[in-house]
Amino acid sequence: MSSGWLFLGRARRKRELEEEIEAHLREAVADRVARGEPVEEAVANARREFGSAALVSEETREAWGGLWLEHLFQDLAFGFRMLRRSPGFSILAVLCLTVGIGGSAAVFSWIEGVLLRPFPLVADQDRIFAVTGTIRGAPAPGLSAMSWPDLRDLKSCPRIESVIAEKITGTTLTYGDRAERVPGSVVSSNYFEALGVRPILGRGFEPAEETGRNAHPVTVISYQAWKERFGGDPAILGKTQVLNNLPHTIVGVAPEGFYGTFVGYAFQFWVPLSMQPQHIDNGEDHLEDRGARWIEGFVRVKPGVTRRQAQEEVSAVAARLEKDYPATDRGRGVRLFPLWQTPFNNAGALLPTLAVALVVVISVLLIACANVGNLLLVRAFARRKEMTVRVAIGAGRGRLVRQLLTEGLILSILAAAAGVAVARVLRDSLVMLMPFRGVPLRVAGTLDWRVIAVCAGVCLVSTVLFALVPALLASRIDVAGALRAETQAAGLGGPRGKLRVRTAFVLVQMSLSFVLLVGAGLVVRSLDGVRRASPGFSTEGMLTTAVNLFTSGYDIPRAKNFEEALIERVRAIPRVDSAALSRVTPFTYRTYSSAPIAVEGYVPPPDQQPSADYNEIGPGYLSTMGIPLLSGREFTRADDETAPPVAVVDETMAARYWPGQDPLGRVLQVKGKPLRVVGVAKAAAYNQLLEVPAPFFYVPLRQNFSLSAALQIRTKLSPAAMAPILAREIHTLDANVTPYEVITMREQVDRKSSSQRIAAAILSVFGLLALGLAAVGLYGVMASVVSQSARELAIRTALGARTADLLRHVLSHGLSLTAAGVALGAAAAFALTRLLGYLLYKVSPRDPGTFGLAIVVMAAASLAACLVPARRVLRSDPARELRA
Amino acid sequence: MAPRKDALAGRIELLQGTLDLLILQTLRWGKRHGYGIAQMIRSGSRDALQVDTGSLYPALHRLERKGAIAAGWEMSENNQRVRVYRLTAAGAKLLAREKSKWEQLSEAIGGVLMAPAEGES
Repeated sequence: MSSGWLFLGRARRKRELEEEIEAHLREAVADRVARGEPVEEAVANARREFGSAALVSEETREAWGGLWLEHLFQDLAFGFRMLRRSPGFSILAVLCLTVGIGGSAAVFSWIEGVLLRPFPLVADQDRIFAVTGTIRGAPAPGLSAMSWPDLRDLKSCPRIESVIAEKITGTTLTYGDRAERVPGSVVSSNYFEALGVRPILGRGFEPAEETGRNAHPVTVISYQAWKERFGGDPAILGKTQVLNNLPHTIVGVAPEGFYGTFVGYAFQFWVPLSMQPQHIDNGEDHLEDRGARWIEGFVRVKPGVTRRQAQEEVSAVAARLEKDYPATDRGRGVRLFPLWQTPFNNAGALLPTLAVALVVVISVLLIACANVGNLLLVRAFARRKEMTVRVAIGAGRGRLVRQLLTEGLILSILAAAAGVAVARVLRDSLVMLMPFRGVPLRVAGTLDWRVIAVCAGVCLVSTVLFALVPALLASRIDVAGALRAETQAAGLGGPRGKLRVRTAFVLVQMSLSFVLLVGAGLVVRSLDGVRRASPGFSTEGMLTTAVNLFTSGYDIPRAKNFEEALIERVRAIPRVDSAALSRVTPFTYRTYSSAPIAVEGYVPPPDQQPSADYNEIGPGYLSTMGIPLLSGREFTRADDETAPPVAVVDETMAARYWPGQDPLGRVLQVKGKPLRVVGVAKAAAYNQLLEVPAPFFYVPLRQNFSLSAALQIRTKLSPAAMAPILAREIHTLDANVTPYEVITMREQVDRKSSSQRIAAAILSVFGLLALGLAAVGLYGVMASVVSQSARELAIRTALGARTADLLRHVLSHGLSLTAAGVALGAAAAFALTRLLGYLLYKVSPRDPGTFGLAIVVMAAASLAACLVPARRVLRSDPARELRA
Repeated sequence: MAPRKDALAGRIELLQGTLDLLILQTLRWGKRHGYGIAQMIRSGSRDALQVDTGSLYPALHRLERKGAIAAGWEMSENNQRVRVYRLTAAGAKLLAREKSKWEQLSEAIGGVLMAPAEGES
């Protein structure tokens, strides 16, 4: 037993004390013998004079202090014995608490591992902040990426220790016989050093590797890539690895457990910033372009600096940049975010989900505590005799409360241990809810000392919650009364106080689980809404994929020919209705082009520079995607390099810049280049379903060519059927080009609604758990109410009450409890469901249907909980009850 | 239960201060084991003060914890292994302090007991 060593020191001292007392007695005896007393008499007299050696020992040990430890040990030992004596109760209580504590532990570990300290091995993550650009006057959230010159200028802030640039990219790596698309990133040369991550082999990057166009094809690979792809080759440094079609020299291997700095992905390689043209934007060099915003950065502030202080300095720099570089920086600012609010990785998407999950698990914990409190009360009632006897023989009330609290503590410690184990199992389960496959992902909880400490706190708080009230009630024993009332106290009237408390427990449970049920119902309905929602383009019968010609070594003229030929071939595939090219597929993580715009007759506020996102699309894109035209035409094959530049604007843009006018034939200036508006398209969602509509326009792909193209195909074929056909068509054209995965547009859209899916999964699971726990609680109360009033019911029967009357009597009690709980819960839910915020989609937080359904479910559950004990009454024999 | 414990605590408290003083005073003349201390106090008071072992040992261990006395195992005249206590420097200081407090207290009590009875009404 682990408490053994705790008492080792005391045990030794106790032995010494006994020896000391022995010596005292021997001295006294020797004295008496010397004075002439016979030995036997001397021994007896000495003992009598000394008194009780045990008492002396006990009182002396009390003088040492720390006797409470000994008492705690006794309480623990006794508590374990009591719990072992009623295993059914103990197991049920521990299970209830495990659900509560385990759920909380899992959510805490997710919050720690995904939001608070999301990047394993990175030092002092509380000093790291995410950096984004802001756009004045843009619809919320009004954020943008950063350009390298702008980000670099933040280095002048005295309170900032280092500025880290990063942009996620990807490549295809072959591991043995499987090819896998893996994420990696383009990073500033200080990346590893500033994060405090030291490569286990080789080095990080050097400052010189930050400049020059594609001048430094070097890479640091992940531990996983090193182990799985290179078999942990110790002589790996200096070998080459092809990344995005260009051989890179491996200069370092990152340590095990370092996954980079992007919540959601496990990065496999890193390349220096100078390799941007090769890895991002297909050859276009944006490194020194202040207007090209593509970097997702971080800053590490000096120790003791708050985000507010750093933000002040950063804002001052941004204001200076705005003045110095109006052409690119007018209306632009810079904002720092704590890591858990990082807008550009999955942290932002998971934040509201995890916040809701936290509220949910705390509610479940409360329900579980109420349940265990109830169980303890029932048991305290059963142990009334034991308690009374203990008080009668002189146990202090404090000692009794302490004993019961210790028993509670044992329960919650057992449950906390089991809960941490549950959290460990659930650590990686968030990833299963993420709607991606085939990419190394990482969304994992962390069980560090902080999470364990929080769990310990939760364990203590819940012990107080569920054990204190029963303990206080149980200890309030009127000895004489209890002994006198022994035989008749079992009636309903028995300890009224206890019943009141138990009723209160059940009310709390009922109302909390009602709130959870409503919350779960609303989120599930939202998810359904999201699933049915139209993003403004058709998702059924649509497949999407992409090819990257840049990484296959194409130049622009060859690529144009290839794409032209490819689209013809795809259109010729049987059962393909239409097909079109575009640079970006909606709802992917690829960023749209964005440019400053100007419109004749529209005067922007003086400190703003209007800009808009746009997509480069091929002929027939809008009709293939199912985006209706409101007026004008879409692009045709005639809109090529030689034709006058044109654009199609969406209705949001038309309403903003040409209010009340017809934009057709008007001129839109993009980066100073005039485009004639030839069509107005219906607004669609471009990035995600819940976005705020912002101006958007389209330009012809041929007039703004890109070396990587997305392919949208309207067909009845499944992705699995299409993939090989497409691969064959592409290989006929060029065996070196491979398409990306072929997926349905539906899946593409679903991938961007992961936060709703995760929230729906978590809320449904915990909502049902809460309902189950609450039903168990109600059942417990009803069962004991019924058994306590068995005598009363028997009398009623004897006096001629019919079965239906009895049933009504029992059910009315239980159902009125339920009704009260539901009323309380409905009031709470009415006030609280608003907090679900943007997890709700096209569902009112007070949706009557959902509330109604929750009431029905609650009623059904409580009916079941009442009927079981009620049936027992009906089957009982009144004569025997009365005789008993 | 609670009141009884309080009364017990009060009695120990009352004895404790006095007993501590007596123990410290006894140890001024050299180190001594528990039985020896009890005997010394008894003979010193001409049998008026009987030291209860249930008070003596807690007091000894409390004083030891306070650092007023230190203990070690030695052989007694009767060739017994006994735990012997001696006064420490801190204990000597404590003794001086307690002694003057005691003198003040007994003087004050004496003053009250000797005073004319007019304050009684």
